[in-house]
Amino acid sequence: MNQRIKTKKRLQKQWPFYIMIIPGMIYLLINNYGPMAGIFIAFKKIDYGLGIFKSPWVGLENFEYLFKTDAAFTMTRNTILYNVAFIVLGTVLGIAVGIMLSELRSKAKTKFFQTVILLPYLLSWVICAYIGYAFLSKESGLLNSLLTNLGFQAVDWYNDPGKWPVILIVVNIWKGIGYTSIIYMSTIIGIDKSLYEAARVDGATKWQEIRLITLPLLKSTIIMLTIMNIGRIFYSDFGLFYQIPLNSGTLYPTTQTIDTYVYRALMQQNQIGMSSAAGVYQSLVGFILVLAANMIVRKLSPDDAMF
Amino acid sequence: MSGVYGRGEKIFQVIIHIFLGIFAVCAILPLIILVTGSITSEQELIQDGYTFFPKSIDFSAYKYLFQQAGQILNSYGITLFITIFGTVLSLVITPLLAYPLSRKDFRARNIFSFLVFFTMLFNGGIVPSYIMWTQIFHLKNTIWSLIFPNLLMNGFNVVLMKNYFAQNIPTELIEAAKVDGENEFGIFFRIVLPLALPVMATIGLFVGIGYWNDWTNGLYYVSEPELYSLQNFLNRMMQDIQFLMSNSQIQSGGQMAAAFPSTGIRMAISVVGILPIVVLYPFFQKYFVKGITVGAVKG
Repeated sequence: MNQRIKTKKRLQKQWPFYIMIIPGMIYLLINNYGPMAGIFIAFKKIDYGLGIFKSPWVGLENFEYLFKTDAAFTMTRNTILYNVAFIVLGTVLGIAVGIMLSELRSKAKTKFFQTVILLPYLLSWVICAYIGYAFLSKESGLLNSLLTNLGFQAVDWYNDPGKWPVILIVVNIWKGIGYTSIIYMSTIIGIDKSLYEAARVDGATKWQEIRLITLPLLKSTIIMLTIMNIGRIFYSDFGLFYQIPLNSGTLYPTTQTIDTYVYRALMQQNQIGMSSAAGVYQSLVGFILVLAANMIVRKLSPDDAMF
Repeated sequence: MSGVYGRGEKIFQVIIHIFLGIFAVCAILPLIILVTGSITSEQELIQDGYTFFPKSIDFSAYKYLFQQAGQILNSYGITLFITIFGTVLSLVITPLLAYPLSRKDFRARNIFSFLVFFTMLFNGGIVPSYIMWTQIFHLKNTIWSLIFPNLLMNGFNVVLMKNYFAQNIPTELIEAAKVDGENEFGIFFRIVLPLALPVMATIGLFVGIGYWNDWTNGLYYVSEPELYSLQNFLNRMMQDIQFLMSNSQIQSGGQMAAAFPSTGIRMAISVVGILPIVVLYPFFQKYFVKGITVGAVKG
C-alpha cells in the first residue's frame, strides 16, 4: 500500500519530463532509428511493385555483387586515402594556424584573422562548386588564363582524374582550416601563461617555446582529435566529392567515395541493392572503427572518451 | 633592444603576420571572384574568362535578377521558410529533450540519454532513410522533405545542450522555484530557457546555417522547380550547363545563352545567396566560434 502511494507520487513528479521529451524522441525514433531498422533492405531484392516488405530475401547476394565490382575497391581506397591526407595536412596546418592566431598580440587582430579564415566554412558546397568552376573551367577559368599567359598548355581539369587528389585536398583544407585552427587555438589559450614567462626569463627563443611548451601540451588534443577522425575514416563529405568535381563521370577513379557511390547507385543507376549494400558496409565498418577509436582514447585519457 | 620585445620576437611577429595574411587572402579571394564575375559583362566573360579586374563594370546581371525575379524570389522564399521554420522548431524540441536528460531526478534519464547518444555512433545509411521518407511518409516533392530529413535535430546538439544545462543551471534555483510553487513546465520556460540563451544562440546558428546551405535533401527528394531552395536552384543551373557542355551537338554559345541564365547571372545569384551569411557573420561570429570550441572539447 505504502509502496503504491510512493510509486504514484514519483510518477506524478516524473510525467512532465516524459511529456517534454516526446517530440524530440519521436523525431530521433523516425529519423535515426527508422533507417537503422531498415538495414534489412540490403538483404532483399527490392521490387517497388511488391513493396519493401514483400520483396524477396536474397541473403548476401547484394554484397557479393558489390564486392565483385571494381567500384567497391576504388571507393574504399579513395575514402580512406583522402581521409588520411585530410587528417595529416589538416592537423599540421590547423596547429600552425592555431599557434599563429594565439601569438598575435592584439585581440582585434586575432578576431579579424579568425573571422576571415573561418569564412569558407560557412559557404555551401554548391557555392564552392561555382567558385571551383571559376578557377577550373577549361575555357574561362582563372587557372587556365594564368597557365596560358605563362606559356603553358591549358588543362581540361574536369576531365583529368590525375589532377583531382591535389584539387580536393586543397579545397578541403581551404574550407576546413578555420574550424580546426580554432579548436587548437582554444587549447593553446588555455595553457598556463607563467610557463612562457619562465621560458622567456631563461632566454628561450620563440621557436623553442613552441617546440618545448606549446606542442607537448597540445599532444593530448592532437591525439584525441586524430583518433576521433580515424574513427570516421570510412565516411566522406558528400558535398566535397560530389559538388567540386561537378559530378563528372571521367573523374570517378579519383573522386568516387563510398558516400558518392551510395548516392549514384541509388538515384542515378537505380541499383538499390548495390547502393544499400554499400551503405551497410559503410555503417558497420564505421561503427566498429568508432568503437575501436573510443576504446583507444579511453585507455589513453579516460576524460576525453565519448563513453 | 627596443621596447618590451626582443628582435627575435619581432621577426616572429612579422612572419606570422605574413602567413596569416596569405591564409586570409586565400579565404577571401575566391569569394571576390564570385562578385567580380557577377559584374563582368557576358561578352568579356566569354572572351577573356573570369578575372579579378573586369575592364568595365556591368550590373546587367543584377538588373536581370530584379526583372526576372520569379523563380529566384520563389527559391529565396523557400530557403527563408525552411531556415526559419526548421530553426525555430529545432530550438523547441532540442531543449525540451535535453533539459530532462540533464535533471538528476529524472529516473529514466540514463536510458533516454543512451538512445540519444547511440544515434551519434551508428546510422542506418541513406538508402533505408530515403525509402522511409518517400515510401512511408511520402515526403517526395513536398516542402517537408527540405525540413525533416536529418537537419532538424541531431544527437550531438542534444548532448551539447544537456551538458550546458547540467553545468549552468544550479539545482538550488530549481529547488527554490519548486518551493515557490512553480511546476516543471513553469521552471523550464521561466527559469531554464532564459538562462540557456547563449547555447540556444549557438545551436540555433549551426542549425540555421545547416538549413540555409543544404542542397542534399533537395537533391534526393525534390524534382519540381517550384520547390527548389536557393541552393537547389543553383545546383540545377550548374547541372544544366554541364549537360550542355558535354553534349557536343549543342555547342553554339548563343543557343546556350538563350536557354540558360548567363554566367554573370549565375554568379549574381550566388552572391545574393551568400550575402545574408556574410552580412550577418560578424554579428554571430562570437557564438559560432564558441560552438566550435565547446563541441570539440566534449563530443
